[in-house]
Amino acid sequence: MSDGNQDDAKSMSMIVTKGSLDWGYPPFVLATTAAAMGLNVTMFFTFYGLTLLKKQLDLGVTALGNPAMKMPMMGMHIGLPNMMGAIPGVDAMATGMMKKKGVASIEELRKTAVESDVRIIACQMTLDLFEYKPEDLIDGHEIGGAATYIETATQSDINLFI
Amino acid sequence: MADVSIDTKGLNCPLPILKAKKGLKEVPANGTLEVLSTDPGSVADFEAFCRTTGNELMASKEEDGVYSFLIKKLS
Repeated sequence: MSDGNQDDAKSMSMIVTKGSLDWGYPPFVLATTAAAMGLNVTMFFTFYGLTLLKKQLDLGVTALGNPAMKMPMMGMHIGLPNMMGAIPGVDAMATGMMKKKGVASIEELRKTAVESDVRIIACQMTLDLFEYKPEDLIDGHEIGGAATYIETATQSDINLFI
Repeated sequence: MADVSIDTKGLNCPLPILKAKKGLKEVPANGTLEVLSTDPGSVADFEAFCRTTGNELMASKEEDGVYSFLIKKLS
């Protein structure tokens, strides 16, 4: 069936290590698309990536780490000076721009991932490190560690580190 | 006429594919799904989607900036 998730289906696993607005997109875009294409998908959220699982998302853009990023503004492309990342309103502007261009929100993609039976693993060590509680995270996640990921990775056709 | 038709105009990657996947669930076996899109990337994406999922891309057209895809549900 086109619902996929059968035993002979292809599979993809990924380690999600970054929790900003811009870095949050690639893992969820790829996970939801792969699931739509019938792959079994596992996402392992660790370090800053774990923030993407919080029930209440409050994500910012990482202009600071990406000085080459040029955003379309006022009819041209302008590089964001590093200090822009610290100015209030830049994150809201980026979010508004994405909405205007028909780009899904992270929340929307994450909901689709959960509904598509993407397996979501939260890193226990990061929970301890950042003092998050499992109840701070969205329903449907499981808790695991490196060995849990490695076992999945050995059985996956595609393994990504994002 | 397709059995099910979905309109993803104005939406960007990966939403046309995700909505098509959802739409396919409503399509009976061997039935057809029509997808409308304004995303130029969806041309290559629907080819890849159909190859990978084992469904048939019966038609892929563009008219006035609107792409239309006709997918036969085989898998």
